[in-house]
Amino acid sequence: MLTIKKLHKSYPIGDSSLHVLKGIDLQVEEGEMVAIMGSSGSGKSTLLNIIGMLDEADEGEYILDGVPIKNLTEKKAAIYRNKFLGFIFQSFNLISYKNALENVALPLYYQGQKRKDRLEKALFHLEKVGLKEWAHHLPNELSGGQKQRVAIARALAANPKLLLADEPTGALDTKTSHEIMDFIQSLNDEGKTILMVTHEEDIASMCKRIVRLKDGVIMEDTFVEQVRASQYV
Amino acid sequence: MFDIDLWREIFQSINKNRTRSLLSGFTVAFAILLFVILFGIANGLKNTFAEAFVDDAANSIFINAGMTTKAYKGLQSGRRIQLKNEDQNFIEDEYGNKVQYITSRIYKNVNASFRNEKNSYNLRAVNPDHQFLEKTMIRDGRYINQLDIDNKSKVVVIGRLVEEDLFLKTTALGKYINLSGIPYKVVGIFTDDGGDNEERMIYMPVSTAQQIYGNNDYIDQINLGYNPELDYDQAINFGRQLENKLKERFTVSPKDQRAIRVRNMAEGTKQVGMMTFGLTVIIIVIGFGTLIAGVVGISNIMIFIVKERTKEIGIRKALGASPRSIVSIILIESILITAIAGYVGLLIGVGVLEFVGPILEPYFIKDPGVSTSLVVSATITLIIAGSIAGYLPAKKASKIKPIVALRND
Repeated sequence: MLTIKKLHKSYPIGDSSLHVLKGIDLQVEEGEMVAIMGSSGSGKSTLLNIIGMLDEADEGEYILDGVPIKNLTEKKAAIYRNKFLGFIFQSFNLISYKNALENVALPLYYQGQKRKDRLEKALFHLEKVGLKEWAHHLPNELSGGQKQRVAIARALAANPKLLLADEPTGALDTKTSHEIMDFIQSLNDEGKTILMVTHEEDIASMCKRIVRLKDGVIMEDTFVEQVRASQYV
Repeated sequence: MFDIDLWREIFQSINKNRTRSLLSGFTVAFAILLFVILFGIANGLKNTFAEAFVDDAANSIFINAGMTTKAYKGLQSGRRIQLKNEDQNFIEDEYGNKVQYITSRIYKNVNASFRNEKNSYNLRAVNPDHQFLEKTMIRDGRYINQLDIDNKSKVVVIGRLVEEDLFLKTTALGKYINLSGIPYKVVGIFTDDGGDNEERMIYMPVSTAQQIYGNNDYIDQINLGYNPELDYDQAINFGRQLENKLKERFTVSPKDQRAIRVRNMAEGTKQVGMMTFGLTVIIIVIGFGTLIAGVVGISNIMIFIVKERTKEIGIRKALGASPRSIVSIILIESILITAIAGYVGLLIGVGVLEFVGPILEPYFIKDPGVSTSLVVSATITLIIAGSIAGYLPAKKASKIKPIVALRND
């Protein structure tokens, strides 16, 4: 599903440059649920951004679903992001003046789908995250957990191959975090491949595999016994 | 490519920030308002000047003769110079290619009557070309023609008001009007933009008048229209040439101001033309200046909008928005605000002109207004201005990196 070989990335800082990723090798199969862990500055967000095609590697190979991701034009990157990837952010990143339904329908708009189809599908996904009745509310009328669920519905709307989550529970309290994790686990149970950046051990333990980064290299890559979030809910 | 969803996105964004959109539109609306009012006033001034010349063709030259005031070549001053038919022929022969129309004029005052109605009118005895020089418009019948001149026919063409005065409610065409005891057939009725005095005029063939009033070949004035292909300088030159030639012909001192008088409309027209041209240039410069200020204002606000929406644009890009769709959103929003605001300014401007137009008449501003073509070109300019204003911000927006926009801060 996803293959990364000898990935390097550095950022210029003034005259010198900061070597953030120093040769990452990673292989993720379909249906996996991977937590990428590491302290801040370990390069975990950079790795996720490169996987999310929001950033480009300096060196190395990145193959997503058999497609080599290299030297993409902005237009191509936009199409790939839309087709392959669903994003879940720590700060939800909903568009504030669009209601929940319109937010969820947005990726479908960029796929060029008809408005009627879009709204139908968006409503279906909202129902899936249990927010059908909130479809016409603006983000600022929703709680944190609800916002994140709208964001998940939006990430799912385009039916992506890979879900990328950047600290999805970072802005939520423990109880809500567990609810969200429970939902993400159920998505994984249905077969979605999920890649998640986190620095919370208990959240990471709810994944099936933990990749630990330190100073730009993978220190540890282990498959773990998944802790089900449902027991806390 | 009409994408209803794109428009929905844009209206949503404009609607979300009504104050911001209103403020940015205000600069443009004001710029256009100013432009329209200035332009309208300039047009009003032009109309005032144009009206002063509307009666006669702009390429007219009038030649009159009078008493000499200077002794010259052994001839005393105080000699009367009389224009005759041969002088008109002389000009035609000498300057045929520079003359478009030429006519003689004899002025008389006549007592006219039809049945019981009488009145006194000015009479002009003329050649057929006079119609074009005076911009006489025939309403019924015909004007004096060459046959009338050759046959010295007793026919007249009367003004609309003469018909009204003497023939009451009936038509004068084909009837006989009595001028100082002699009946003339009315062959035409005319109208004229020159006012009531012009429409109380009676025209007669010049040859008829010469036979009846004195049986000579005298004429009071020669009126000619120079070839419109001549530019103003050439026309002015032609007028001077003509004056010198005639002075030579009548043995008049070149310095004599009274004996031969040549009045050339080109001189006045040139000055008016230069003045209105200067006025137009000033207005256009001011107008474009204000418009540019408006565009810069919009551009500024659009840059601010892009800055403010950086995160949103980042989100859209992460969700798969192409750079082109981002450019469209910003660009069309800018064009829309500019076009709508500009149009509002235009409408207000036209309304103001309409409203204050009558009040301005005493200040030499007549019928201030803007033409349809100006409105159309202003609309096009606005759309272009909107694109210019939106282009840089839109480009900037499309270059936003989602990773930068989405950074948690």
